[in-house]
Amino acid sequence: MTPLAHSERFKTYFPPVATGIAMLAAWEAACRWFEIPVFLVPAPSVVADSFLNNASSLFRALGSTLKVTFIAFALAIVIGVLTAFLFVQSRAIERSLFPYAVMLQVTPIVAIAPLLIILVKDTQTALVLCATLIALFPIISNTTIGLRTVDPGLANLFRINKASGLQTLLRLRIPSALPYFFAGLRISSGLALIGAVVAEFVAGTGGRSAGLAYEILQSGFELDIPRMFAALFLITIAGVVLFVAMAGLSAWALGGWHDSERRIEA
Amino acid sequence: MAAAPLPSPSLAMAPAEAAPAVEILGVDKVFADGTRGLTPIDLTVAQGEFVSLIGPSGCGKSTLLSLIANLIQPTDGRLLWWRGGFDKVGQPGRRLSIVFQDATLMPWARVEGNVRLPLDLARMPKDEAAPRVDEALALVGLSSHGRLYPRQLSGGMRMRVSIARALVTEPDMLLMDEPFGALDEFTRNRLDSDLSELWRLRGFTTIFVTHSIYEAVFLSTRIVVMAAQPGRLFREIEIDEPFPRGDAFRTSAKFADYCRELSVALMEASLASGRGRDR
Repeated sequence: MTPLAHSERFKTYFPPVATGIAMLAAWEAACRWFEIPVFLVPAPSVVADSFLNNASSLFRALGSTLKVTFIAFALAIVIGVLTAFLFVQSRAIERSLFPYAVMLQVTPIVAIAPLLIILVKDTQTALVLCATLIALFPIISNTTIGLRTVDPGLANLFRINKASGLQTLLRLRIPSALPYFFAGLRISSGLALIGAVVAEFVAGTGGRSAGLAYEILQSGFELDIPRMFAALFLITIAGVVLFVAMAGLSAWALGGWHDSERRIEA
Repeated sequence: MAAAPLPSPSLAMAPAEAAPAVEILGVDKVFADGTRGLTPIDLTVAQGEFVSLIGPSGCGKSTLLSLIANLIQPTDGRLLWWRGGFDKVGQPGRRLSIVFQDATLMPWARVEGNVRLPLDLARMPKDEAAPRVDEALALVGLSSHGRLYPRQLSGGMRMRVSIARALVTEPDMLLMDEPFGALDEFTRNRLDSDLSELWRLRGFTTIFVTHSIYEAVFLSTRIVVMAAQPGRLFREIEIDEPFPRGDAFRTSAKFADYCRELSVALMEASLASGRGRDR
């Protein structure tokens, strides 16, 4: 059934790719036609040129930002899941802690970042802390809901079969929570990147551990707008790759059974 | 199918004289919000019987089943399982299984994993469990479907998986809460026939909650009609028809007579229940 598969793929990928190419072409044409100065809006070709010229420093910056992102994301997963387990142990614990988790979530990270950077001596640690704080909440709330959302019929079945607490946790609660957990991961992966970039902006770290935010700031000071666009482009790509990776992980883990990952059968 | 070894010789025949599988002694249930689920009920189900509970909505038949499954506790009175407490249930000769209204399968586990669940929970080694899972799947006619996920099955097949899961422990008593209520008439009749045959061959005591007059008459050795407000036992009807029962019984005059008798009993139960059935 290759022709059908081919046409299905074509239908999936052609529209967004075509749209992207059309937009880039229009952008390029507009820049040339109206002779827009490079320091206002650079044409895609100029951005690409700058990207290639500054590739080594941009990729080093990307590496630095991704390092913060990944450490923060991993920390958010560990802390988030542990907190969720704590929450489902008792309603009292959840009631006493949940409002503060919400406060953490609603306070804009830009507002806390300066404080954290003053309080925490090591800048790298401060960056990780900022990114973790912003990535944490979706994992806590989703995993908590997931661990609580258990089919009551199955819960009864486990009771009739005299399942132990551990058996119920491993065979019922955790599998039930997985779809929610993965939805949380998808949101958090993007937030960890945003948190890392925002924290870098506030910290304004230069030197060897400078991240993409610093590249953008520096380009701004130097009015090197094409390089700014190139750095922005890298951040966006990193975010998209993270999202796709999480979606892939979720599909791999739930593909066999969960409706959200179910492929539409012809 | 090879006849399975029966847990005790007494249950092969003559259910009326057999030892009680479950005794409900003066049990009543008042819910937390003050509504009375059941007035004191006395009911004994002997080993090997097939008893159906039928009655208007709110008559407490599902509550009664939950009490027998020990999922809820009686407000007063007590229950005995094989003349013992619930703590002994699960030992050889005292195994209890349940089939719910929905198949309640674990969507993340394959059919064989779902059927194996009760054995896994009893910590039976996988190599010992595997042949029993195969046998249970064969009993419900799903031998070739073990590797599939529940969502790949039809509603009737899911219910069969649910029954296989209940049978895999070789239960001495099977509780069924309107198991085929959500299925179409044709599928329901087929599953009824299969269940009747399984019951005949395996000899497990069955307590079966249903809304269907035809189903109750076809399957049961005894039907307990319940009335609502408050939930109570209203009448008992013995179905005196030998097994195996086939389509010949379903279309016989005797079947029609029993259905009429049960229908009348149900109507009276509805009238005796605080309000009419159709209001």
